[in-house]
Amino acid sequence: MTSGGIPMPGRGARSPEHRVESTNLADILERVLDKGIVIAGDIRVNLLDIELLTIKIRLLVASVDKAREMGIDWWEHDPSLSSGERDVHEENRRLRQRIGELEADRTAELDEAPPRKRAATKRRAPQQQESDG
Amino acid sequence: MSLVWVYAVQEAGAGEAPDMSGVDGERPRVVGTEELAAVVGTVADDGFDEAGLAAAMEDLGRIEMLVRAHHGVVAATAQDRTVAPVRLATVFRDDDAVTAMLRQRHDDIRAALDRVRGRREWGVKVYVDGTAAPPPAPDAGAASTGDRPGTAYLLRRRADRDRGAEAREDARAVAERVAGTAAACAVDVRRFAPQDARLSGRTQEMVLNATFLVDREREDEFRDTVSRSGDGAVVEVTGPWPPFSFAAAEES
Repeated sequence: MTSGGIPMPGRGARSPEHRVESTNLADILERVLDKGIVIAGDIRVNLLDIELLTIKIRLLVASVDKAREMGIDWWEHDPSLSSGERDVHEENRRLRQRIGELEADRTAELDEAPPRKRAATKRRAPQQQESDG
Repeated sequence: MSLVWVYAVQEAGAGEAPDMSGVDGERPRVVGTEELAAVVGTVADDGFDEAGLAAAMEDLGRIEMLVRAHHGVVAATAQDRTVAPVRLATVFRDDDAVTAMLRQRHDDIRAALDRVRGRREWGVKVYVDGTAAPPPAPDAGAASTGDRPGTAYLLRRRADRDRGAEAREDARAVAERVAGTAAACAVDVRRFAPQDARLSGRTQEMVLNATFLVDREREDEFRDTVSRSGDGAVVEVTGPWPPFSFAAAEES
């Protein structure tokens, strides 16, 4: 039985170069990071760390501007989104402080504009007062 | 000392592990019971124990490597059989612990395999022009620039906002139409947040980012009808993906 028409390597063609059609890291992260059947292994991974990482990457994927506000800019160092050298501990400390606030902020945004947030529009609507008197 | 990383679970006798490198450069292999098996890799305890994984969670470069390798092995395995992908960073002490887990979680794993049997995951994204940067409103500005710059500014802002709202409404309609078309050919769906334009590498704005579980017999139909449902908007179909998004029993 053949696949649905997307060229796929044959069964004998497995190799380290194996690719599904999209190798866009954002696509892979969305599917792999917190998906799949959950099995408690012997090695306990700190759930907060995973949650934090997931939030961080989701914010990055959804809004580069939001990510940049938090000092996450790893996509800028490398076209394939690899991280550069950076103080991730400091970054995570700051991030922990802001998670609640950002999540609330995000929920509010989703409520007001469901299909797309303002990420790519003018990010910050001017809050100026009326300047003419 | 070494540890055992689990990539995916499958039925016993479903096949060997793919011939490729895993998360620690190791050659994946299969361990199992009479009924179920797991595709696993032997990894160094240094780097994959509690401390190692905790450190990895702080290192986005390492995460990328783990995610890509984990995905790569699961995708290669899924090419010729039904698998339930296992969540990233599932690590056991040894093979016996893995087989004990396969017995203990037998029913859940069976259910997961049944859910995805004969099906694969396909991503669907929709991109549109025009919602990102509404053009300035010349009339509103021109009408009152002279002596009321503040008023002109506010009028312009309002016009921009109205036009932006309209564009968003249109974009949402397109996204929902494509999603509806796709859902009609699929058995399940999960939605992701749209990706930032700078990551997708396109100038248009992503207004739909969803993933669908599709019966293999309907994959042609799915791709054809979904690709045509954009009506001017760009529709991108990616896949087939191993059914990562549908292995765990959860509703979207």
